Amino acid sequence: MKVDVIVLRVPARPEYLALVRMVVAGTARIDPLLDDERVDDLRVIVSEACTNAIEATHSRGDGQEASDLDSIQVECRLTASQVEVIVVDGGRGFDPGHLGRLPPITDPSRLRIERGLGIPLIRALADESSISSGPDGTRVQAVLQVAPRPPTDAA
Amino acid sequence: MIELGLDLTERDGWAVLAVSGEVDVATAPRLRERLVGLVGEGRSRIVVDLEKVDFIDSTGLGVLVGALKRVRTNDGDLALVCTGPRILKVFEITGLTKVFAIHRSVDEATVAG
Repeated sequence: MKVDVIVLRVPARPEYLALVRMVVAGTARIDPLLDDERVDDLRVIVSEACTNAIEATHSRGDGQEASDLDSIQVECRLTASQVEVIVVDGGRGFDPGHLGRLPPITDPSRLRIERGLGIPLIRALADESSISSGPDGTRVQAVLQVAPRPPTDAA
Repeated sequence: MIELGLDLTERDGWAVLAVSGEVDVATAPRLRERLVGLVGEGRSRIVVDLEKVDFIDSTGLGVLVGALKRVRTNDGDLALVCTGPRILKVFEITGLTKVFAIHRSVDEATVAG
């Protein structure tokens, strides 16, 4: 099966996220086509993953300032049926299981927490997603499936 | 970096902050700073107009939640104006449509107070 692979590596700094969203959105509009809503979903997914990557990189706690070598790699893999995005960073990681201990969104006590919405957003917007994290980095993978095209009338 | 647009006007005692551009980890701090400033000046009725926002992610949502909490601590209120389905979707998925009053216009938001 044909897979088109686009790889973008950017410094792990906030000002680069707009560029990442632009490239990923542009990539998703190439054949196979995602509709506008799904392209928006993808922009949010990748923005969330990269934001977490920046925070992980900058809190590495190994006594070193985040250097220009700290980067995020964003890979888009396009097939006829899906767009897959993989975001990898080299930061200190986090515990995806921690999210289970947050109160549900509708609980007023949730208002005390201004963060932690990113991963639930990724999971809600993607058709499939996986997040693996450890002390040497985090890998976020999300898949958006392409809606089947209606049959054309051409012979 | 493309700057976030922040335009403050007054309407019937409400401070109306119109935001334009993309709200993410790069630009959200400016929004936070502006909202913190408004609360610090004693503004207790604030409308954040998101009609010209092209993108918002959880960093932006967090700034708005933080501002809502701060305003409520001072017995005030913070409302949003947002009709764009792309932006509304992010509020819906995170359940924040139950937390914020989201209006269809500044007129509607400032009458509700």
